[in-house]
Amino acid sequence: MFKVDIKKKILDANEQCAFENTKLLAEKKIFCLNMISSPGSGKTTILAKTINDLKTKLKIAVIEGDIKTDIDTRKIKATGAPAVQINTNGACHLSAEQITAGLHNLPLETLDVVIIENVGNLVCPTDFELGENAKLVVLSVAEGDDKPAKYPAIFSKSKVLLINKMDLLKVVDFDLERVKADARRLNPGLEIFPISAKTGEGMQKWYDWLLTQTG
Amino acid sequence: MVAQSLLAAISAEAAKHNARPISAKISCGRLYSINEEILCFAFEAIAKGTPCEGVKLVIEQKPLQAKCRSCEKTFEVDINSDINCPACKSSDLDMLPDSPLLLEEIELEEEG
Repeated sequence: MFKVDIKKKILDANEQCAFENTKLLAEKKIFCLNMISSPGSGKTTILAKTINDLKTKLKIAVIEGDIKTDIDTRKIKATGAPAVQINTNGACHLSAEQITAGLHNLPLETLDVVIIENVGNLVCPTDFELGENAKLVVLSVAEGDDKPAKYPAIFSKSKVLLINKMDLLKVVDFDLERVKADARRLNPGLEIFPISAKTGEGMQKWYDWLLTQTG
Repeated sequence: MVAQSLLAAISAEAAKHNARPISAKISCGRLYSINEEILCFAFEAIAKGTPCEGVKLVIEQKPLQAKCRSCEKTFEVDINSDINCPACKSSDLDMLPDSPLLLEEIELEEEG
């Protein structure tokens, strides 16, 4: 019996593919976000509002990841923005290879930003790099203020936290300061923007951040 | 995807040495969603009928680390409690990247 030292990344194939995506995006001067949240936090509504409000400033496209249906892609296309749908048929996260295929179906030459809307799930998507510049996590106030404590990985790996549905704050028990403190404990540099994609509250600060990233 | 990638890596290494894999050691950072029981179950299921059938997986979780901005000490972090530098008590710190998911080593047995 003998031992062989390997020290190989198990997700090497995915990471290699993510690296190729990063190279392609850099070459086309596109800023890419990997948007992660629970189902129903308002990801698609945030995207549609952002695309509409920044129409004259940024050309945004979306890669939609869902287990089934093209409901979200239709919502994005209704804004006039390019969108591609990836159906994972049961898989709980997107992989870099699927993003490569998605990118090749977008008019990259014309774009400033690609946002990948990952499958609604706060756990698995966190482990798989897609080639993005940064992860964006969305938490809606209706989900509860214990989520950064319960799901530390996504809150510590993200660059931005959008706290959505602030218009519901009066009717739910949600301690905004607790969320900020828990999230920043593991991620001191995290940008946090409380917003309501429905009323437009707080959206400008998120837009300002996005505009600074795209130079 | 983790179990499949693992199976491919172990199979390739065993074939290279013309030997039978016995066990594999894996390490990963604290923030990976790797559950030992589930990974072992998934690996066992897909390894059936392959040269990796019966291979024992050993998983080591690496702690999360932070570096103090004041005194530059690197220390282990307990993600469930307040994070302060154990040397100078400062809370001004940088979290270090989580350890990657690694196939550390494989134990093989000569064929024959």
